[in-house]
Amino acid sequence: MTNLQKSRSTIEEQYKAKQNRPRIVVGLGTCGIAAGGNKVMAAIKNEVASRGLDVDVDFTSCIGMCFAEPAVEIGLPGQASVVYGGIYPDKVGQLIDGHVVGKKPVTELAAIQITGGAEPFEGIPVMEQSGYYAKQVRSVTSRLGRTNPESIEDYIATGGYAGIEKAVAMERLDIINEVKKSGIRGRGGGGFPTGNKWQFVHDAVGDKKYIVCNADEGDPGAFMDRSVLEGDPHAVLEGMMIAGFAIGADEGVIYCRAEYPLAIKRLNLAIEEAEKMGLMGENILGTGFSFKIRIKAGAGAFVCGEETALLNSIEGQRGMPRVRPPFPAHKGLWQKPTCLNNVETFANIPFIIRNGGEWYAAMGTEKSKGSKVFCLTGKINNTGLCEVPMGITMGEILNDIAGGIKEGKKFKAVQSGGPSGGCLPTEKLDLPIDYDSLISAGAMMGSGGLVFMDETTCMVDVAKFFLNFTQLESCGKCTPCREGTKRLLETLIRITEGAGTAEDIPNLERLAKVIKSSALCALGQTAPNPVLTTLRYFRNEYEAHINDKKCPAGVCAALLSFSILKDKCIGCGVCLKACPVDAISGEKKAVHVIDPAKCVKCGACVPKCKFEAIVKA
Amino acid sequence: MSTVTLTINGKEVTVPAGTTVLDAALGAGFFIPTFCHDPANPGYGGCRICVVEIKGARNMPASCVTAAANGMVVETDSPAVIEARRTILELMLANHPVDCMTCEKSGECKLQDYAFRYDVKSADFGGEKKDYPQDQSNPYISRDMNKCVLCGKCVRTCEQVEDRAVINFAYRGFKTKVAPALDASLAESACVSCSRCVSVCPVGALTYTSMAGKARVWETTREEKTCSWCEAGCLFDVVSKGGEVISVTAKAPGDGRPLCLKGRLGMELRHNSQPPAPMLKKDGEFVEVSWTEALGLDDIMDKLK
Ligand SMILES: Cc1cc2nc3c(=O)[nH]c(=O)nc-3n(C[C@H](O)[C@H](O)[C@H](O)COP(=O)(O)O)c2cc1C
Ligand code: SF4
Ligand code: SF4
Ligand code: SF4
Repeated sequence: MTNLQKSRSTIEEQYKAKQNRPRIVVGLGTCGIAAGGNKVMAAIKNEVASRGLDVDVDFTSCIGMCFAEPAVEIGLPGQASVVYGGIYPDKVGQLIDGHVVGKKPVTELAAIQITGGAEPFEGIPVMEQSGYYAKQVRSVTSRLGRTNPESIEDYIATGGYAGIEKAVAMERLDIINEVKKSGIRGRGGGGFPTGNKWQFVHDAVGDKKYIVCNADEGDPGAFMDRSVLEGDPHAVLEGMMIAGFAIGADEGVIYCRAEYPLAIKRLNLAIEEAEKMGLMGENILGTGFSFKIRIKAGAGAFVCGEETALLNSIEGQRGMPRVRPPFPAHKGLWQKPTCLNNVETFANIPFIIRNGGEWYAAMGTEKSKGSKVFCLTGKINNTGLCEVPMGITMGEILNDIAGGIKEGKKFKAVQSGGPSGGCLPTEKLDLPIDYDSLISAGAMMGSGGLVFMDETTCMVDVAKFFLNFTQLESCGKCTPCREGTKRLLETLIRITEGAGTAEDIPNLERLAKVIKSSALCALGQTAPNPVLTTLRYFRNEYEAHINDKKCPAGVCAALLSFSILKDKCIGCGVCLKACPVDAISGEKKAVHVIDPAKCVKCGACVPKCKFEAIVKA
Repeated sequence: MSTVTLTINGKEVTVPAGTTVLDAALGAGFFIPTFCHDPANPGYGGCRICVVEIKGARNMPASCVTAAANGMVVETDSPAVIEARRTILELMLANHPVDCMTCEKSGECKLQDYAFRYDVKSADFGGEKKDYPQDQSNPYISRDMNKCVLCGKCVRTCEQVEDRAVINFAYRGFKTKVAPALDASLAESACVSCSRCVSVCPVGALTYTSMAGKARVWETTREEKTCSWCEAGCLFDVVSKGGEVISVTAKAPGDGRPLCLKGRLGMELRHNSQPPAPMLKKDGEFVEVSWTEALGLDDIMDKLK
């Protein structure tokens, strides 16, 4: 083996020295950039230069607190570093005055502090104890928001490429056994045991084998894989290399959606740097093992995340699923044995090899080991990325990490698993999150998107939203999915428009059942889940729409009626002016009325009435 | 040769290893409907009408792409299977003109036959139906994509011929349709009018223009003829009504041959007493040509003069 050992110690020294310098670090993940991170970066560089300050300016990826972007971290030698949230260019001066020049943290702008062994500052939550992070673990996300993702030195100094170093000295089957021991299951949604998959590909006969990384991430609202790719691209590469060595492949392909330009840029850079250091390419670390990786940008169809459609797409064909068997492990890319895993699955591998399978298996539940990254979105206080041990309950995620529902409203449901998943109600908040519990509740782990909904959400409308998505994304190959999801959607539309009939619920159930059992691929087989779970947990809402022509949550416009409460209206006439179609009438100082035949249900009048006299129901 | 033994509808069946559940069941005398299954082009599994129940399986697999295995317990006519088949037929009919009374295919249409067999009268989900213009741009082939059930057989048979692959799926979801590149008309495409696609279409989506309005299927008789233009020997049907030949249709390509227009036109000239005038594409337009030109005999004729 060549001398990564030697350069590693030099790189570690340099990294330590870097941590011992005054530094300002800006979060430049896609979320940080979208919040204006690049402008903040420019403002900081400007201030530092014009004041001639001796301070390093660097950037990192998303630490997970998307709700606090743009985020800026400031650290001084020997002190805890502080992550500030909501730092727009106009706050930069104040921060630099206070923390860099004045050497005192600006407490009122601080989100958390990372002590790194130093004395914590007063009045700023320490990361590990802060509301957002207390129940989290930082394993596969440990570098996110902490290192510069475009620096291979940062990666190596934090244990990077120690996994492949260790792996190439192991027997191939021992590597696979270590992965089996970890108990890790595929993080792309299906939850297939990764070690077993590797074993199949290892055992498959073929003159050529491939590693393929699924970075398609097409669920609406999901960004776990994007965050990992942007924040720790080398970990994904290293995981793929370890897999390549273990199963006997010398070539890997990352299928990444073209909508992730930053991820693609950082992956390309990472590949280049790894090649330069002899960590990728021919004869890696002098062991005779060769491995190269290329990136294929996908056109962004949801179905191309399905593994066989993805392989077709890499081969330049239409992204339509193939029948399985044969599974990709036997006949995958170009009909060769192929090990296809998700981004997060691969990113976990270096940690598992470095720390051992048992270390990983110590986290989680009996059948779902380790940790999982989730994206928290919807009507919650803290939207963002979190990593939690398997087995944590949905309620803990909602109340502790997500900070509960916004504006003090009541929780109603959480959609787990994106369009393939299901809506779980309050009764399921104590459900431990693992593959099997979620499936038995009618939902899915999926890739890790959690959408929280509050009491103002109409569940029929939610089912309609997801069915509209799957219906458009169906590849069109098989009848139940192509035609069936369209009919499910049309029925839901009718119900929300007040044209539902008594047969609609049994029809929905029958169609859903047939689509689930007879569709070709998992897109169709899971597409009815949002309908089935909302019917299971919120059936009364369907019945209210169909029988009473009412939308209990007050969302479905066609079913709303607006009226003015006699005892509250003082006849001020403000609403009358707000109505765009003159549906409101009434004399000054007399009770006003809304003509339901004229009212277009725009709701413009409601907020105008200071006496809360106008109600929608 | 190794064999496997499985149970189909309670009956023990032994078949060579690698046989599909579909073939095992058909061989044992059971009926399973298929739209997309093409024995010359297996492994697609798209239409799902052939689903069966297999004990222990999570879903209902398509029998045409499932290999029979030892100890497998298969039901081909259970209530769940029938419910799935009926629902799939309803879904097809809900997106179909259902104009059997004037359809050329009536009498040999799989959709019609299966609807009859499974007693699916109509299916009104009250929703959208596809509404595409008819494509009559090619003088030989009529395409009515409103009748297409998207089995993909035409796509797969066309792409069997190297450099052809004239048609493919376009768009996604409910809007999916079979179309030449850029959704052009067949005449604008690289189609060579071989009619392989027409010969495999299970419904009335692809039909012969020359047959339009001439006969109901049950009034016709068909005589299989082997083409003698080249040694490959593609098969054609000479179609007659009341003793009169009315058309020649493509049946199956010979080994390694694409099926060609010239072959069919030659058969037409030989067997049909009133053959329709041959048309060839010149500078992108179909124009009427002489029979000698259509059959590529101009140079020989010149020499014979
Ligand atoms: C419609 C559909 C979309 C999918 N999208 C993704 C995706 O974006 N990323 C992913 O890793 N897996 C996706 N999957 C799952 C993959 O088919 C496959 O199971 C997974 O990538 C295997 O990797 P794993 O075992 O590491 O999870 C999708 C599956 C379906 C049916
Ligand atoms: S289930 Fe849907 S996405 Fe999957 S093959 Fe069938 S039509 Fe395509
Ligand atoms: S007629 Fe022949 S070339 Fe034309 S689309 Fe059909 S199969 Fe393809
Ligand atoms: S045109 Fe006929 S053969 Fe082609 S996909 Fe449609 S139904 Fe199948």
